[in-house]
Amino acid sequence: MSSLPGLLDHAAVQPRSTVWKDKILPALLAGGLGLVLLYASGFAESTLLHNAAHDGRHSASFPCH
Amino acid sequence: MAGVFNLAAFKRIAAAALLAGGLAGLLLTAVQRIQVIPILLQAEVYEDAASAHAHAAMEDAHHHDADAWKPENGWERTFYTAVANVSLAIGFALLLSAAMAVRGGTNGWRSGLLWGLAGYTVFFIAPALGLPPQVPGAEAAPLADRQLWWLMAVLGASAGLALLVFARSGMVKILGAALLVAPHLIGAPQPPLHTSAAPVELAHAFIYASAIANAAFWLALGSFTGFFYQKMA
Repeated sequence: MSSLPGLLDHAAVQPRSTVWKDKILPALLAGGLGLVLLYASGFAESTLLHNAAHDGRHSASFPCH
Repeated sequence: MAGVFNLAAFKRIAAAALLAGGLAGLLLTAVQRIQVIPILLQAEVYEDAASAHAHAAMEDAHHHDADAWKPENGWERTFYTAVANVSLAIGFALLLSAAMAVRGGTNGWRSGLLWGLAGYTVFFIAPALGLPPQVPGAEAAPLADRQLWWLMAVLGASAGLALLVFARSGMVKILGAALLVAPHLIGAPQPPLHTSAAPVELAHAFIYASAIANAAFWLALGSFTGFFYQKMA
């Protein structure tokens, strides 16, 4: 963490274990869920998902077919 | 579980993302319906005409399985687009609120607006500079190559922007700037020949319409996420 001064300043004022418990792990779990949703609606190659999400993908500038 | 993981902190992130993503996704659907979808439907007329010609000569290389299910034009299509937009929006909102949680110290919709601007830069402007939004029926490089470059542009822009904004040391900021531009120096994969079934004016109108719709979407998503994240405290 100390190799990137400034990036985690707010986090660094708390003891390490509570930073993991209160910030990093909940944020990682939420971010991971977000990536799964983005993959399914923006990238998954299933024809069904593609056709349903077609217009959304085109306008969000995801590479689409 | 409670000993190693703060469930309340996760619930706060998730609840803010659900509310903000739901609202912003519906807003995006409305804006798209007005100025993006009409262009897309027009382009599809050209695409269908072109593929009807080409079909006799070669197999449909376009992954548009003619027999596969797709929503009927009209309400059904709008409904599925709304579902897709809302799930995209909740996905993006989860990333935003997770970032807000890690950074701490958000002051509601105002700082949310800045996070939204960052999201627009990272997830729309950066990839669209190399791979602009395309109307259906336009020629493009292979899908896998474009997806890989898209990912590179997004990762470079997010890491680069974070270092530029949050890092203290000048050297690290320079590294951030380098990460930001590197994917564009490498260059996005392009087709051997830029051709499109639709006229070029339509393709350009689509780029502008998408850029505006996404700007409105990201600013709304960021400020809603900031607002709800603060409310849930």
